[in-house]
Amino acid sequence: MNDSIRPEVERVLRELRPEADLATLPADADLREELDLDSMDFLNFVIGVHEATGVDIPEADYARVSTLQTCLDYLEQHRS
Amino acid sequence: MADFLMPSLGADMDAGRLVEWRVRPGDQVERGDIIATIETDKAAIDVEVWESGTVEALLVEEGTRVPVGTPLARIAAAALSAAGPEAPDQAQPVETSAAAPVEPPTTPREATAPPRPAPPEAVPQPAAAEAPSRERLRVTPLARVRAEELGVNLAGVRGTGPDGAITQADVERAGEGEPAAAISPSEAGPPAAAIEEPSETAAAETGATVGEQTEPRAATLRRAIAAAMSLSNRDIPHYYLSMAVDLSSTLAWLERTNQQRGVAERVLPSALFVRAVALATHEVPEMNGHYLDGQFRAAERAHVGFAVAVPGGGLIAPAILEADRKSLVEVMTALRELVSRARAGTLRSSELASPTITISSLGERGGIDTVYGIVNPPQVALVGVGSIVERPWAEGGMVGARRQVTLSLSGDHRVSDGHRGALFLAAIDRLLRDPERL
Repeated sequence: MNDSIRPEVERVLRELRPEADLATLPADADLREELDLDSMDFLNFVIGVHEATGVDIPEADYARVSTLQTCLDYLEQHRS
Repeated sequence: MADFLMPSLGADMDAGRLVEWRVRPGDQVERGDIIATIETDKAAIDVEVWESGTVEALLVEEGTRVPVGTPLARIAAAALSAAGPEAPDQAQPVETSAAAPVEPPTTPREATAPPRPAPPEAVPQPAAAEAPSRERLRVTPLARVRAEELGVNLAGVRGTGPDGAITQADVERAGEGEPAAAISPSEAGPPAAAIEEPSETAAAETGATVGEQTEPRAATLRRAIAAAMSLSNRDIPHYYLSMAVDLSSTLAWLERTNQQRGVAERVLPSALFVRAVALATHEVPEMNGHYLDGQFRAAERAHVGFAVAVPGGGLIAPAILEADRKSLVEVMTALRELVSRARAGTLRSSELASPTITISSLGERGGIDTVYGIVNPPQVALVGVGSIVERPWAEGGMVGARRQVTLSLSGDHRVSDGHRGALFLAAIDRLLRDPERL
Protein backbone atom coordinates (compact mmCIF):
# COMPACT_ATOMS: atom_id res chain seq x y z
CA MET A 1 0.00 0.00 0.00
CA ASN A 2 2.90 2.31 0.77
CA ASP A 3 4.44 1.76 -2.62
CA SER A 4 3.41 5.01 -4.22
CA ILE A 5 4.06 7.26 -1.20
CA ARG A 6 7.39 5.87 -0.10
CA PRO A 7 9.43 7.26 -3.03
CA GLU A 8 7.88 10.68 -2.45
CA VAL A 9 8.72 10.67 1.25
CA GLU A 10 12.23 9.48 0.50
CA ARG A 11 12.66 12.27 -2.01
CA VAL A 12 11.69 14.84 0.62
CA LEU A 13 14.15 13.32 3.08
CA ARG A 14 16.88 13.30 0.45
CA GLU A 15 16.41 17.01 -0.16
CA LEU A 16 16.86 17.60 3.56
CA ARG A 17 19.76 15.23 3.99
CA PRO A 18 21.44 14.61 0.63
CA GLU A 19 24.25 12.72 2.35
CA ALA A 20 22.01 10.23 4.17
CA ASP A 21 21.79 6.63 3.00
CA LEU A 22 18.06 6.00 3.10
CA ALA A 23 18.43 2.41 1.96
CA THR A 24 19.93 1.51 5.32
CA LEU A 25 17.49 3.60 7.36
CA PRO A 26 15.48 1.22 9.57
CA ALA A 27 11.74 1.72 9.03
CA ASP A 28 11.16 1.90 12.77
CA ALA A 29 13.98 4.31 13.59
CA ASP A 30 13.16 7.79 14.87
CA LEU A 31 13.67 10.07 11.87
CA ARG A 32 14.75 13.06 13.93
CA GLU A 33 17.40 11.09 15.78
CA GLU A 34 18.54 8.97 12.89
CA LEU A 35 18.89 11.84 10.41
CA ASP A 36 19.71 14.51 13.02
CA LEU A 37 16.72 16.66 12.07
CA ASP A 38 16.03 19.73 14.19
CA SER A 39 12.61 21.35 14.44
CA MET A 40 13.32 23.50 11.37
CA ASP A 41 14.28 20.41 9.34
CA PHE A 42 11.23 18.55 10.58
CA LEU A 43 8.96 21.43 9.62
CA ASN A 44 10.55 21.43 6.16
CA PHE A 45 9.91 17.69 6.05
CA VAL A 46 6.24 18.18 6.93
CA ILE A 47 5.94 20.94 4.33
CA GLY A 48 7.62 18.77 1.69
CA VAL A 49 5.33 15.85 2.49
CA HIS A 50 2.34 18.16 2.24
CA GLU A 51 3.45 19.39 -1.18
CA ALA A 52 4.06 15.84 -2.38
CA THR A 53 0.98 14.12 -1.00
CA GLY A 54 -1.49 16.85 -0.07
CA VAL A 55 -1.60 15.61 3.51
CA ASP A 56 -1.26 18.35 6.13
CA ILE A 57 0.17 16.81 9.29
CA PRO A 58 -0.83 19.01 12.25
CA GLU A 59 1.73 19.63 14.99
CA ALA A 60 -0.35 17.56 17.38
CA ASP A 61 0.25 14.52 15.15
CA TYR A 62 4.03 14.88 14.82
CA ALA A 63 4.52 12.04 17.27
CA ARG A 64 2.55 9.77 14.95
CA VAL A 65 4.93 10.37 12.02
CA SER A 66 8.19 10.01 13.89
CA THR A 67 9.44 6.95 11.98
CA LEU A 68 9.43 6.19 8.28
CA GLN A 69 6.94 3.35 8.80
CA THR A 70 4.48 5.25 10.99
CA CYS A 71 4.76 8.23 8.66
CA LEU A 72 3.89 6.12 5.62
CA ASP A 73 0.99 4.52 7.50
CA TYR A 74 -0.26 7.94 8.57
CA LEU A 75 -0.10 9.32 5.04
CA GLU A 76 -1.87 6.26 3.67
CA GLN A 77 -4.68 6.78 6.18
CA HIS A 78 -5.07 10.48 5.60
CA ARG A 79 -4.66 10.70 1.87
CA SER A 80 -7.97 11.55 0.33
CA MET B 1 32.23 54.42 -13.25
CA ALA B 2 32.83 52.35 -10.15
CA ASP B 3 35.02 49.46 -9.24
CA PHE B 4 33.31 46.53 -7.65
CA LEU B 5 35.59 45.38 -4.83
CA MET B 6 36.13 42.07 -3.11
CA PRO B 7 33.67 42.58 -0.24
CA SER B 8 34.40 41.99 3.42
CA LEU B 9 31.90 39.45 4.70
CA GLY B 10 32.98 39.48 8.31
CA ALA B 11 35.66 40.88 10.57
CA ASP B 12 37.80 37.80 10.08
CA MET B 13 37.76 37.83 6.29
CA ASP B 14 40.97 39.14 4.76
CA ALA B 15 40.68 37.61 1.31
CA GLY B 16 38.39 35.67 -0.95
CA ARG B 17 38.74 33.54 -4.04
CA LEU B 18 36.74 34.33 -7.10
CA VAL B 19 35.20 31.01 -8.06
CA GLU B 20 33.05 32.05 -10.95
CA TRP B 21 31.81 35.12 -12.73
CA ARG B 22 28.04 35.11 -13.21
CA VAL B 23 28.11 38.06 -15.58
CA ARG B 24 30.15 39.00 -18.63
CA PRO B 25 31.40 42.32 -19.93
CA GLY B 26 28.48 44.17 -21.45
CA ASP B 27 25.86 42.65 -19.15
CA GLN B 28 23.35 44.97 -17.52
CA VAL B 29 23.18 44.53 -13.75
CA GLU B 30 20.66 45.74 -11.22
CA ARG B 31 21.42 46.54 -7.61
CA GLY B 32 21.05 43.24 -5.76
CA ASP B 33 21.88 41.01 -8.74
CA ILE B 34 24.31 38.18 -8.14
CA ILE B 35 27.40 38.84 -10.21
CA ALA B 36 29.93 36.38 -8.87
CA THR B 37 30.49 33.41 -6.63
CA ILE B 38 33.35 33.84 -4.22
CA GLU B 39 34.76 31.50 -1.66
CA THR B 40 35.85 32.61 1.78
CA ASP B 41 37.23 30.45 4.52
CA LYS B 42 33.68 30.14 5.80
CA ALA B 43 31.59 29.43 2.77
CA ALA B 44 30.98 29.84 -0.91
CA ILE B 45 28.89 32.95 -1.33
CA ASP B 46 26.83 34.49 -4.08
CA VAL B 47 27.93 38.11 -4.24
CA GLU B 48 25.47 40.86 -5.04
CA VAL B 49 26.29 44.08 -6.84
CA TRP B 50 25.55 47.39 -5.12
CA GLU B 51 24.53 49.57 -7.98
CA SER B 52 22.84 49.20 -11.28
CA GLY B 53 24.82 49.66 -14.44
CA THR B 54 26.79 47.91 -17.11
CA VAL B 55 29.67 45.51 -16.55
CA GLU B 56 32.59 47.13 -18.36
CA ALA B 57 35.40 44.79 -17.48
CA LEU B 58 36.15 41.82 -15.26
CA LEU B 59 39.46 42.53 -13.58
CA VAL B 60 40.13 39.27 -11.78
CA GLU B 61 40.24 35.84 -13.33
CA GLU B 62 38.23 32.92 -12.00
CA GLY B 63 40.19 30.87 -9.51
CA THR B 64 42.19 33.79 -8.16
CA ARG B 65 42.39 34.60 -4.48
CA VAL B 66 42.65 38.31 -3.76
CA PRO B 67 42.60 40.50 -0.63
CA VAL B 68 39.46 42.26 0.54
CA GLY B 69 39.13 45.58 -1.26
CA THR B 70 40.72 44.44 -4.51
CA PRO B 71 38.80 45.73 -7.55
CA LEU B 72 37.05 42.75 -9.14
CA ALA B 73 35.09 44.40 -11.91
CA ARG B 74 34.45 47.80 -13.39
CA ILE B 75 30.80 48.78 -13.49
CA ALA B 76 29.58 51.79 -15.47
CA ALA B 77 26.85 53.20 -13.29
CA ALA B 78 23.50 53.59 -14.94
CA ALA B 79 23.30 57.12 -13.55
CA LEU B 80 26.56 58.23 -15.07
CA SER B 81 25.77 57.26 -18.60
CA ALA B 82 22.47 59.06 -18.40
CA ALA B 83 22.92 62.06 -16.15
CA GLY B 84 26.41 63.24 -16.89
CA PRO B 85 29.56 63.06 -14.82
CA GLU B 86 28.16 63.92 -11.37
CA ALA B 87 25.51 61.48 -10.34
CA PRO B 88 24.25 61.90 -6.79
CA ASP B 89 24.89 59.46 -3.99
CA GLN B 90 27.35 57.16 -5.65
CA ALA B 91 29.12 56.38 -2.41
CA GLN B 92 28.46 52.76 -1.59
CA PRO B 93 29.71 51.31 1.69
CA VAL B 94 31.64 48.58 -0.08
CA GLU B 95 33.56 51.13 -2.05
CA THR B 96 34.30 53.68 0.63
CA SER B 97 35.65 51.23 3.13
CA ALA B 98 36.54 47.69 2.31
CA ALA B 99 36.46 46.69 5.95
CA ALA B 100 33.04 48.13 6.69
CA PRO B 101 30.14 45.71 6.52
CA VAL B 102 27.98 46.32 3.53
CA GLU B 103 24.36 47.30 3.71
CA PRO B 104 21.93 44.74 2.38
CA PRO B 105 20.34 45.37 -0.98
CA THR B 106 16.88 45.13 0.53
CA THR B 107 17.38 48.55 2.04
CA PRO B 108 14.88 50.78 0.29
CA ARG B 109 16.47 52.69 -2.52
CA GLU B 110 17.34 56.23 -1.67
CA ALA B 111 14.85 58.81 -2.80
CA THR B 112 17.62 60.52 -4.68
CA ALA B 113 18.53 57.45 -6.71
CA PRO B 114 18.14 58.31 -10.38
CA PRO B 115 15.88 56.26 -12.60
CA ARG B 116 17.61 53.54 -14.56
CA PRO B 117 18.14 54.66 -18.14
CA ALA B 118 18.05 52.56 -21.27
CA PRO B 119 21.30 50.69 -21.87
CA PRO B 120 23.85 52.74 -23.75
CA GLU B 121 24.26 51.64 -27.32
CA ALA B 122 28.04 51.65 -27.41
CA VAL B 123 28.31 48.85 -24.88
CA PRO B 124 29.50 45.57 -26.37
CA GLN B 125 26.98 42.77 -26.05
CA PRO B 126 27.87 39.47 -24.43
CA ALA B 127 28.66 36.52 -26.65
CA ALA B 128 25.20 35.21 -27.34
CA ALA B 129 26.23 31.63 -27.89
CA GLU B 130 27.85 31.26 -24.48
CA ALA B 131 25.46 33.02 -22.17
CA PRO B 132 22.58 30.52 -22.16
CA SER B 133 24.66 27.48 -21.19
CA ARG B 134 25.69 29.29 -18.06
CA GLU B 135 22.10 30.13 -17.20
CA ARG B 136 20.70 26.63 -17.62
CA LEU B 137 22.59 25.00 -14.79
CA ARG B 138 21.34 25.67 -11.29
CA VAL B 139 24.32 25.04 -9.05
CA THR B 140 24.87 25.95 -5.43
CA PRO B 141 28.05 27.94 -4.78
CA LEU B 142 29.43 25.18 -2.59
CA ALA B 143 28.82 22.68 -5.38
CA ARG B 144 30.75 24.89 -7.80
CA VAL B 145 33.69 24.91 -5.44
CA ARG B 146 33.59 21.16 -4.92
CA ALA B 147 33.26 20.58 -8.65
CA GLU B 148 36.38 22.59 -9.20
CA GLU B 149 38.21 20.79 -6.41
CA LEU B 150 37.22 17.38 -7.71
CA GLY B 151 37.55 18.23 -11.38
CA VAL B 152 33.91 17.33 -12.01
CA ASN B 153 32.21 18.71 -15.11
CA LEU B 154 28.96 20.23 -13.85
CA ALA B 155 27.24 19.74 -17.17
CA GLY B 156 27.23 15.99 -16.55
CA VAL B 157 25.87 16.12 -13.00
CA ARG B 158 22.25 15.44 -12.16
CA GLY B 159 20.86 17.91 -9.61
CA THR B 160 18.76 16.65 -6.68
CA GLY B 161 18.45 19.95 -4.81
CA PRO B 162 15.51 22.37 -4.82
CA ASP B 163 14.33 22.99 -8.41
CA GLY B 164 16.85 20.47 -9.64
CA ALA B 165 19.82 22.48 -8.41
CA ILE B 166 23.13 20.67 -8.30
CA THR B 167 24.26 20.35 -4.69
CA GLN B 168 27.60 19.59 -3.11
CA ALA B 169 26.46 15.99 -2.53
CA ASP B 170 25.57 15.59 -6.22
CA VAL B 171 29.03 16.75 -7.20
CA GLU B 172 30.66 14.44 -4.70
CA ARG B 173 28.63 11.51 -5.98
CA ALA B 174 29.61 12.36 -9.52
CA GLY B 175 33.22 12.72 -8.46
CA GLU B 176 33.45 9.41 -6.65
CA GLY B 177 35.19 7.77 -9.56
CA GLU B 178 37.76 10.55 -9.71
CA PRO B 179 41.18 10.49 -8.08
CA ALA B 180 40.84 11.16 -4.37
CA ALA B 181 43.74 13.58 -4.01
CA ALA B 182 42.34 16.43 -6.02
CA ILE B 183 44.47 19.50 -5.72
CA SER B 184 42.76 22.76 -4.95
CA PRO B 185 44.24 26.11 -5.75
CA SER B 186 42.14 27.62 -3.01
CA GLU B 187 43.65 25.91 -0.02
CA ALA B 188 47.26 26.80 -0.42
CA GLY B 189 48.22 27.08 3.20
CA PRO B 190 47.18 29.72 5.74
CA PRO B 191 45.29 32.73 4.38
CA ALA B 192 48.09 35.24 4.73
CA ALA B 193 50.48 33.13 2.72
CA ALA B 194 47.91 32.26 0.13
CA ILE B 195 47.01 35.77 -0.89
CA GLU B 196 48.41 36.70 -4.20
CA GLU B 197 48.52 40.19 -5.50
CA PRO B 198 46.29 40.68 -8.53
CA SER B 199 49.30 41.53 -10.66
CA GLU B 200 50.76 38.14 -9.97
CA THR B 201 47.65 36.31 -10.99
CA ALA B 202 49.06 34.61 -14.05
CA ALA B 203 52.11 33.29 -12.28
CA ALA B 204 50.07 32.14 -9.31
CA GLU B 205 47.65 30.23 -11.45
CA THR B 206 50.29 28.24 -13.22
CA GLY B 207 52.59 27.56 -10.36
CA ALA B 208 50.99 27.84 -6.96
CA THR B 209 49.02 24.64 -6.79
CA VAL B 210 51.66 22.04 -7.44
CA GLY B 211 52.32 19.68 -4.59
CA GLU B 212 49.88 21.27 -2.14
CA GLN B 213 47.18 19.40 -0.28
CA THR B 214 43.46 19.94 -0.27
CA GLU B 215 42.24 20.88 3.17
CA PRO B 216 38.81 19.58 4.12
CA ARG B 217 36.14 22.25 3.97
CA ALA B 218 35.25 21.74 7.65
CA ALA B 219 38.85 22.46 8.64
CA THR B 220 38.86 25.72 6.69
CA LEU B 221 35.60 26.76 8.32
CA ARG B 222 36.92 25.80 11.74
CA ARG B 223 39.97 27.96 11.18
CA ALA B 224 37.77 30.90 10.15
CA ILE B 225 35.63 30.48 13.26
CA ALA B 226 38.74 30.30 15.42
CA ALA B 227 40.11 33.47 13.83
CA ALA B 228 36.89 35.40 14.41
CA MET B 229 36.50 34.18 17.97
CA SER B 230 40.15 34.88 18.81
CA LEU B 231 39.69 38.40 17.51
CA SER B 232 36.55 38.71 19.64
CA ASN B 233 38.20 37.42 22.79
CA ARG B 234 41.20 39.66 22.25
CA ASP B 235 39.35 42.90 21.46
CA ILE B 236 35.96 42.68 23.13
CA PRO B 237 35.68 43.00 26.90
CA HIS B 238 32.69 40.73 27.33
CA TYR B 239 30.11 40.72 30.06
CA TYR B 240 27.49 38.02 30.49
CA LEU B 241 23.95 38.04 31.87
CA SER B 242 21.25 35.41 31.91
CA MET B 243 17.57 35.27 32.68
CA ALA B 244 14.97 32.50 32.88
CA VAL B 245 11.80 33.25 30.93
CA ASP B 246 8.46 31.52 31.48
CA LEU B 247 7.24 30.58 28.01
CA SER B 248 4.24 28.44 29.00
CA SER B 249 1.47 30.73 27.86
CA THR B 250 3.45 31.89 24.81
CA LEU B 251 3.96 28.31 23.62
CA ALA B 252 0.31 27.52 24.27
CA TRP B 253 -0.58 30.54 22.12
CA LEU B 254 1.82 29.34 19.44
CA GLU B 255 0.28 25.86 19.41
CA ARG B 256 -3.20 27.35 19.13
CA THR B 257 -2.33 29.70 16.32
CA ASN B 258 -0.33 27.06 14.48
CA GLN B 259 -3.43 24.88 14.36
CA GLN B 260 -5.07 27.54 12.27
CA ARG B 261 -2.08 28.14 10.04
CA GLY B 262 -1.36 26.27 6.86
CA VAL B 263 1.61 23.98 7.09
CA ALA B 264 3.89 26.42 5.25
CA GLU B 265 3.05 29.22 7.68
CA ARG B 266 3.60 27.32 10.88
CA VAL B 267 5.79 29.22 13.31
CA LEU B 268 8.54 27.72 15.46
CA PRO B 269 9.73 29.26 18.74
CA SER B 270 12.95 30.37 17.00
CA ALA B 271 10.97 32.98 15.08
CA LEU B 272 9.59 34.34 18.38
CA PHE B 273 13.13 34.83 19.64
CA VAL B 274 14.20 36.58 16.45
CA ARG B 275 11.25 38.96 16.58
CA ALA B 276 11.61 39.67 20.30
CA VAL B 277 15.31 40.41 19.94
CA ALA B 278 14.73 42.59 16.87
CA LEU B 279 12.07 44.67 18.63
CA ALA B 280 14.07 44.90 21.86
CA THR B 281 16.94 46.55 19.96
CA HIS B 282 14.66 49.57 19.45
CA GLU B 283 14.52 49.96 23.22
CA VAL B 284 18.24 49.40 23.84
CA PRO B 285 19.92 50.48 20.59
CA GLU B 286 23.47 50.03 21.87
CA MET B 287 23.05 46.26 21.43
CA ASN B 288 22.46 46.58 17.71
CA GLY B 289 25.16 47.73 15.32
CA HIS B 290 28.86 47.56 14.64
CA TYR B 291 31.99 48.62 16.48
CA LEU B 292 34.52 49.74 13.91
CA ASP B 293 37.57 51.98 13.96
CA GLY B 294 37.25 52.65 17.66
CA GLN B 295 33.63 53.70 17.67
CA PHE B 296 30.18 52.18 17.82
CA ARG B 297 27.66 52.88 15.12
CA ALA B 298 24.14 51.88 16.01
CA ALA B 299 22.18 50.32 13.17
CA GLU B 300 18.78 51.67 12.29
CA ARG B 301 17.31 48.33 11.39
CA ALA B 302 17.80 44.98 13.09
CA HIS B 303 19.38 42.42 10.78
CA VAL B 304 19.32 39.48 13.15
CA GLY B 305 22.02 36.89 12.58
CA PHE B 306 20.99 33.35 13.37
CA ALA B 307 23.68 30.78 14.08
CA VAL B 308 23.22 27.70 11.90
CA ALA B 309 25.16 24.47 12.24
CA VAL B 310 26.34 23.39 8.81
CA PRO B 311 26.76 19.82 7.57
CA GLY B 312 30.22 18.47 8.21
CA GLY B 313 30.70 20.68 11.26
CA GLY B 314 30.98 24.37 11.90
CA LEU B 315 28.73 27.33 12.31
CA ILE B 316 27.64 30.21 10.18
CA ALA B 317 25.37 33.09 11.22
CA PRO B 318 23.63 34.78 8.28
CA ALA B 319 21.10 37.52 8.87
CA ILE B 320 17.35 37.73 8.66
CA LEU B 321 17.30 41.16 7.08
CA GLU B 322 15.11 43.81 8.68
CA ALA B 323 13.66 41.39 11.22
CA ASP B 324 12.24 44.37 13.09
CA ARG B 325 10.04 45.22 10.10
CA LYS B 326 8.80 41.76 9.23
CA SER B 327 5.76 40.02 10.68
CA LEU B 328 6.20 36.89 12.75
CA VAL B 329 5.20 34.68 9.82
CA GLU B 330 7.53 36.58 7.48
CA VAL B 331 10.40 36.12 9.91
CA MET B 332 9.59 32.43 10.14
CA THR B 333 9.53 32.05 6.37
CA ALA B 334 12.80 33.94 6.03
CA LEU B 335 14.39 31.90 8.79
CA ARG B 336 13.33 28.58 7.28
CA GLU B 337 14.68 29.60 3.92
CA LEU B 338 17.88 31.01 5.36
CA VAL B 339 18.66 27.87 7.37
CA SER B 340 18.07 25.68 4.31
CA ARG B 341 20.32 27.81 2.17
CA ALA B 342 23.01 28.08 4.83
CA ARG B 343 23.13 24.29 4.95
CA ALA B 344 23.01 23.89 1.18
CA GLY B 345 25.73 26.52 0.74
CA THR B 346 23.71 29.12 -1.16
CA LEU B 347 24.04 32.19 1.00
CA ARG B 348 24.24 35.69 -0.38
CA SER B 349 26.83 38.28 0.49
CA SER B 350 24.29 40.65 2.04
CA GLU B 351 23.16 37.96 4.47
CA LEU B 352 26.66 37.29 5.71
CA ALA B 353 27.89 40.85 5.85
CA SER B 354 24.97 42.55 7.47
CA PRO B 355 24.04 41.02 10.86
CA THR B 356 23.75 43.72 13.49
CA ILE B 357 23.20 41.29 16.37
CA THR B 358 23.26 37.49 16.56
CA ILE B 359 21.12 34.82 18.17
CA SER B 360 22.70 31.50 19.05
CA SER B 361 20.09 28.91 19.86
CA LEU B 362 21.18 25.50 21.07
CA GLY B 363 17.71 24.89 22.28
CA GLU B 364 16.55 21.80 20.51
CA ARG B 365 18.08 18.82 22.15
CA GLY B 366 20.59 18.01 24.80
CA GLY B 367 18.95 20.05 27.54
CA ILE B 368 21.34 23.01 27.34
CA ASP B 369 20.64 25.45 30.16
CA THR B 370 22.65 28.48 29.18
CA VAL B 371 24.58 29.51 26.10
CA TYR B 372 27.72 31.45 27.01
CA GLY B 373 28.22 33.12 23.67
CA ILE B 374 31.11 34.99 22.13
CA VAL B 375 30.21 38.19 20.34
CA ASN B 376 30.75 38.00 16.59
CA PRO B 377 32.70 41.15 15.66
CA PRO B 378 32.06 43.82 14.52
CA GLN B 379 28.76 43.21 16.29
CA VAL B 380 28.49 44.08 19.96
CA ALA B 381 25.96 41.65 21.38
CA LEU B 382 24.90 38.03 21.14
CA VAL B 383 21.73 36.55 22.60
CA GLY B 384 21.97 32.89 23.61
CA VAL B 385 18.89 30.70 23.77
CA GLY B 386 18.98 27.49 25.79
CA SER B 387 16.63 24.53 25.64
CA ILE B 388 12.96 24.97 26.34
CA VAL B 389 12.33 22.69 29.31
CA GLU B 390 9.60 22.14 31.87
CA ARG B 391 10.82 23.18 35.31
CA PRO B 392 9.38 24.22 38.65
CA TRP B 393 8.58 27.92 38.67
CA ALA B 394 7.61 29.88 41.77
CA GLU B 395 5.21 32.75 41.46
CA GLY B 396 2.80 34.38 43.90
CA GLY B 397 3.77 31.95 46.64
CA MET B 398 2.98 28.93 44.48
CA VAL B 399 5.25 26.49 42.69
CA GLY B 400 4.08 25.11 39.39
CA ALA B 401 5.55 23.35 36.37
CA ARG B 402 6.26 25.76 33.53
CA ARG B 403 7.97 25.52 30.19
CA GLN B 404 10.85 27.91 30.39
CA VAL B 405 14.00 28.96 28.60
CA THR B 406 17.18 30.60 29.78
CA LEU B 407 18.20 33.57 27.69
CA SER B 408 21.72 34.90 27.93
CA LEU B 409 23.34 38.07 26.73
CA SER B 410 26.99 38.42 25.82
CA GLY B 411 27.65 42.12 25.61
CA ASP B 412 30.54 44.42 24.70
CA HIS B 413 31.73 46.65 27.53
CA ARG B 414 33.18 49.13 25.05
CA VAL B 415 29.60 49.98 24.12
CA SER B 416 27.30 49.03 26.99
CA ASP B 417 27.29 47.68 30.49
CA GLY B 418 25.38 45.19 32.58
CA HIS B 419 22.69 47.67 33.51
CA ARG B 420 21.72 48.30 29.88
CA GLY B 421 22.16 44.62 29.15
CA ALA B 422 19.69 43.78 31.89
CA LEU B 423 17.17 46.20 30.42
CA PHE B 424 17.66 44.54 27.05
CA LEU B 425 17.02 41.05 28.42
CA ALA B 426 14.01 42.35 30.35
CA ALA B 427 12.62 43.83 27.13
CA ILE B 428 13.06 40.50 25.32
CA ASP B 429 11.36 38.72 28.22
CA ARG B 430 8.41 41.13 28.15
CA LEU B 431 8.06 40.87 24.36
CA LEU B 432 8.22 37.07 24.42
CA ARG B 433 5.40 36.89 26.94
CA ASP B 434 3.16 39.04 24.74
CA PRO B 435 3.37 37.01 21.52
CA GLU B 436 0.38 38.57 19.81
CA ARG B 437 2.41 41.72 19.41
CA LEU B 438 5.41 39.96 17.93
